[in-house]
Amino acid sequence: MERNQTQTDSVHRMQAEEERLRTLLLQGLTGDAKAYQACLHSMGAHLRAFFKRRLASLPSEVEDLVQETLLAVHNQRHTYHSDQPLTAWVHAIARYKLVDLFRARGRRDALNDPLDDDLQVFASSDTDASDTRRDLGRLLEQLPDHQRLPIMHMKLEGLSVIETALATGMSESAVKVGVHRGLKALAALIGVKAV
Amino acid sequence: MKTDDLIAMLASGVAPVDTDATRKRFQTALVWGVLGALAVMLSGYGLRYDLAQAAGLPMFWVKLVFPLAMAIPAMLLTLRLSRPGMPLGKAWMALPLPWLVVAAMAIATLAHASPNERFPLVMGKTWLSCAFNIAWVSAPVLVGMLWAVKGMAPTRPALAGACAGLASAAAGAMVYALHCPEMQAPFLAVWYMLGMLIPTAVGAVVGAKLLRW
Repeated sequence: MERNQTQTDSVHRMQAEEERLRTLLLQGLTGDAKAYQACLHSMGAHLRAFFKRRLASLPSEVEDLVQETLLAVHNQRHTYHSDQPLTAWVHAIARYKLVDLFRARGRRDALNDPLDDDLQVFASSDTDASDTRRDLGRLLEQLPDHQRLPIMHMKLEGLSVIETALATGMSESAVKVGVHRGLKALAALIGVKAV
Repeated sequence: MKTDDLIAMLASGVAPVDTDATRKRFQTALVWGVLGALAVMLSGYGLRYDLAQAAGLPMFWVKLVFPLAMAIPAMLLTLRLSRPGMPLGKAWMALPLPWLVVAAMAIATLAHASPNERFPLVMGKTWLSCAFNIAWVSAPVLVGMLWAVKGMAPTRPALAGACAGLASAAAGAMVYALHCPEMQAPFLAVWYMLGMLIPTAVGAVVGAKLLRW
């Protein structure tokens, strides 16, 4: 009985977390940066715990995979359908990135992992970030100017679109496109390095 | 870069997302793809000369409804496969139904035909080119659909490519039916289906590489 009680509690906790993160993400999708940052922060902690359990033999890969998955969550956030459980969406992205990593390391056996059910990704969280092996800042420097400069000004220095346009001499729409394409290019650069 | 810095960077000045963008993207792909398919069909093959009379025959409409009935579930599956973690639901069960109906019609036709009529009923006059023509007419739709799925995040790229291929092929087959003079169910069951499987296979192979993210 006591064990059943504990399980029920943890299911309730996960449902509450699903609701909380979903609300934050939907706010983020309307452009609320603060809600979006809180959402990514919690997701990052869940992903860290999720990957640590699955990468017991590759602990040095965990933080890189957390970052890669967060970048994928950001780049693909338009594919989230508001009717869909957020847990299922995040889990599918995390699993896709994990499988990619295994494939890159030639560990096909690890793909036959039957224990993944949907509620697990928000089941636990871990804020103890270790160092990454890959530096996204370095990869960012490899992007061409029309993508790198908008990201630097807007995303790192916190300038607005108009200020970034003035600082770079680019048009406002070119600045927005540059940020969008640049972050996708950054994700693609990670893929190249992983092989 | 630390993970907290990455998160701050991603969130800073985050642009609002257009929740209707996916529908618009697939709509654009479909409209331009079908216009392209019409252009390929009209320039390469032309409308059938007896289109007005043919439109009065039930078989002409079967040739349009059969691919349409495959295009709808294939399109639905493509959309679901484009979103991570979206359950596929029961749409895949609807996929083989149109072919089964046409195959049943074909068997009924063949059963009523005399033995020496059966072979011509299956082969028609254009069996040699039909499948390839359908694949060729579908090509613009396939390009459009793969572009649309590429902007999404399919976690099963080969399957998503195959479904996009089948949806494109079915749309292409409808366009090709405006040219094609064949009017027998056995011909449809064999050569139209083969024609639709070519872009499906191409979609699977191309998708496995192109649709990764």
